[in-house]
Amino acid sequence: MEMMNEMGEAGFSTTKLDQAIGWARKFSIFQYPFVTACCGMEYMATACSHYDVDRFGAGLPRFSPRQSDVLFVVGTISHKIAPVLKRIYDQMADPKWVVAFGVCTCTGGFYDNYATVQGIDTIIPVDVYIPGCPPRPENVLDGLMKLQDKIQRQKQEV
Amino acid sequence: MTGIHIKLQEKFGAAVREIHNQHGDETAVADRSAFLTIVQFVRNNHNIDCDMLTDITAVDGLSLKWKPRFEVIYHFYSTKKNHRLRLKVKVDEQDPVVPSLAAEWGVANWLEREVWDMFGIRFEGHPDLRRILMYEQFSGHPLRKDYPYSKRQPLIGPKN
Repeated sequence: MEMMNEMGEAGFSTTKLDQAIGWARKFSIFQYPFVTACCGMEYMATACSHYDVDRFGAGLPRFSPRQSDVLFVVGTISHKIAPVLKRIYDQMADPKWVVAFGVCTCTGGFYDNYATVQGIDTIIPVDVYIPGCPPRPENVLDGLMKLQDKIQRQKQEV
Repeated sequence: MTGIHIKLQEKFGAAVREIHNQHGDETAVADRSAFLTIVQFVRNNHNIDCDMLTDITAVDGLSLKWKPRFEVIYHFYSTKKNHRLRLKVKVDEQDPVVPSLAAEWGVANWLEREVWDMFGIRFEGHPDLRRILMYEQFSGHPLRKDYPYSKRQPLIGPKN
């Protein structure tokens, strides 16, 4: 952690406000898992102790959109459920991020049919896409780290 | 017991239009007017005794140029005698109506709603024939072969 390394013998460090807030935010990701399909099993596998997303500060899922920072959209989104997803997203307080988990949420996947939304980015903005059917846990962790990277780098709205 | 389909034809004659048996799957095609009578016989006759309705589905024969176009398919099972029977009813595009079994089997309520939703086949006497899978605003029946492959009807987001 770059901030810790900068601490000298005097016991203090200097940083930029944006960087400090980014550091705090990226390690306190409270997720809202919007789980609709089989990808949910892989999400659970990643969240549990074998792969342990708590190492990244993302170990506390909140089942209220009001209390969460990152919307994990996990599984196929049909046109019928799409207004619900949009509403959940609207209920989240800023700052907020969205992760598209699995190929169905990214593009619709092989459900190129009347029932399925062809990528959730047609409804809500997406920050990180994790493809795969379902994605391996390593893949998910990679996506999570990319999200952390994005949170760290961005301009922090306070 | 085997040969249920043969038994049905012996009992109902021309009301059972055709029968076949492929690899032990006994199938009878029933005339629509006699359908309810046949179903009641299948359920109540103590030799057949099919007390369970496993599934209702349909086939659209548009691309195969079927006359009549639709086939509604019922799967029955006897929990006491451990045998199955498949019953089919053929209905035309102009008049896609089949008598409802919702009064006899509770499960038929939802299964018939699904067939209505996907194929647009109506069930006469159904207490509440609404869509079950698609949303109310959806128009058309998506498993019909003439439903356009790329037609989308999103509730929100871009229309195509």
